[in-house]
Amino acid sequence: MFFRMVKGTFVKQWKKMLMLALTIALGASIATAMLSVMLDVGDRINEELKAYGSNIIVVPQSEAVRSKLYDIEGESVETDYLREQRIGELLTIFWANNITDFAPISDTYADFDGSEVKLIGTWYNHHFEFSKKGSVYERDTGIINLRTWWDIVEGQWLDEQSIGSGEYAMVGSLLAREHGIKVGDRISVTTENSSEILTVVGLYDSGDIDDSHIYTTLPVVQRLSNTENLIKKIEVSAITSPTDELAIKAAKNPSLLSGDEYDLWYCTAYVSSICFQIQEAIAEASATAVRQIADSEGKILEKTELLMSLITFMSLVGATLGVSNLVTSSVMERSGEIALLKAVGAQNIQITTLLLTEFLITAVFGALGGYFMGYGFAEIIGRSVFSSSVEMSGMVAFVVTVLIFSITILGSIPAIRIVLKLRPSEVLHGGH
Amino acid sequence: MSLLELKNVSKVYGNLRALDSVNLTVEKGEWIAIMGPSGSGKSTMMNIIGCLDTPSSGHVILEGRDITKESNRALTELHRDKIGFVFQQFYLINYLTALENVMVAQYYHSMTDEKEAMAALERVGLKDRAKHLPSQLSGGEQQRVCIARALINSPSLILADEPTGNLDEANENMVIDILKKLHSEGTSLVVVTHDPEVGEVAQRVVKLSHGKIVSDEMNTHS
Repeated sequence: MFFRMVKGTFVKQWKKMLMLALTIALGASIATAMLSVMLDVGDRINEELKAYGSNIIVVPQSEAVRSKLYDIEGESVETDYLREQRIGELLTIFWANNITDFAPISDTYADFDGSEVKLIGTWYNHHFEFSKKGSVYERDTGIINLRTWWDIVEGQWLDEQSIGSGEYAMVGSLLAREHGIKVGDRISVTTENSSEILTVVGLYDSGDIDDSHIYTTLPVVQRLSNTENLIKKIEVSAITSPTDELAIKAAKNPSLLSGDEYDLWYCTAYVSSICFQIQEAIAEASATAVRQIADSEGKILEKTELLMSLITFMSLVGATLGVSNLVTSSVMERSGEIALLKAVGAQNIQITTLLLTEFLITAVFGALGGYFMGYGFAEIIGRSVFSSSVEMSGMVAFVVTVLIFSITILGSIPAIRIVLKLRPSEVLHGGH
Repeated sequence: MSLLELKNVSKVYGNLRALDSVNLTVEKGEWIAIMGPSGSGKSTMMNIIGCLDTPSSGHVILEGRDITKESNRALTELHRDKIGFVFQQFYLINYLTALENVMVAQYYHSMTDEKEAMAALERVGLKDRAKHLPSQLSGGEQQRVCIARALINSPSLILADEPTGNLDEANENMVIDILKKLHSEGTSLVVVTHDPEVGEVAQRVVKLSHGKIVSDEMNTHS
């Protein structure tokens, strides 16, 4: 009889129930879209921010101390090196999977066409393998993904996997203009140690000082500077969590953290905890966050999440008001039926259960529709803003379910109050 | 022991005394018609008799139990177990069939029993209309479903509020015949009515005016 009555309501009040389902679907869809994007946005924004380069720089410890002491980062003081074979240690840290790209950098000054030019040796699209304690780590990595703002004005990227890591070079647009360099030219660079003939595979426009430099492969620079197997620094791009109070506290001195705080910090992908873990893995190195990028990343994430939380909150408030209106009008429309049920002996709890069952069943359909609609919205946002799709998340489904049940029950409170106060004597006989 | 006793019952709404020190006794098996003009307190009296409302003062004693100060929950249980209601507007649930409308009263009383519900419909001559929705029934048929619903839990008292108020003459006569039959079977009836024809067939007529009983007479025509 209970379910016959529930079914009867759907048949009798289908328009109202449809409106209720649509209202809930709208709230659920916005909540789903915002929560999906919000959960995904950290990665998305990180991907966007990668356009601004690496967010962690690993240098020899002595260099870091010198930079701190003298507040200078000039090439003239960089004399210490990291050993190239230590690069692989990056892939052994707890947050290794958050390291999306990295590239060792070495540089030297060479004589080119009668003038002194800076040569930078690095990886571009390098297939890297590293073995440790029986585990093999592999990555395709390099500065192609760390210099995404570079405009290749002629030729192509120096891609080791397609042309090999031989004597090739990419020349900055300014230097190329000054010296009339074109793709395919063979240029000669000379240092006091050796001389190399490099084939130009591409000209780039970086919009900064790199436009006056020559980028070549790491071995070329190592030979020219007589620093085989040594590198000056490693640029690392890692997906990080926004900086919060714990991260700030830890950045000052991790040893000041309590045991629980330390565990939480260590197991969260803060830029500071990733730096700390890199230093643990490469003891002679100092890993530091590129402050501007780490900060802007945190701020952008914080603001974006705040905005999305607000939109979610407002949509849920709107949905609750809509639910409240519809449910209240449904109950008022059925006051005769409810009064009759009371007259034949139904207790308030039985009538409330009947009504909530009807509303919650409607909410389930609304939430289901809204979830898939919201996923569609999230996809649109993902594709139009971040140019990639947003993943469906079980966590979002769970949170949206809880939210929808909450707003349905919250929105039903005024109607339930009407039910509790409704006196059959006033409805069935029309007063005194 | 009387079925129902009202002792000095008053009901006050603000400055209005809807019932004013009313005394009334209903015996088991009795058929009383409560009559009076609009605003005389008929519906208020019916609500109090039906345990749908409590008096402002005085006592209501149903089968020896003073129900004046009972909680809402206890009153709900009382009118569920002891009273069967028949309404002028029928108040059938329009998405349930005639049979299901009768079974609703069973459901909230104890448990549903389709055979019993069908028997109640048979008593009011609607066995063949059991599967029809209220919208497929005439006014008279709807009122008979309402009577079957009132009867289904074997209440001590059937309380009918203007049971013929919305019916044409033919259906009115049919409903009156059913009430007569119920009375002859020993059912206690209190009928609130404007209808002199219903008043005439009752055993006893109580007339109200301005919340007071102005006459309480045995009906010689019944």
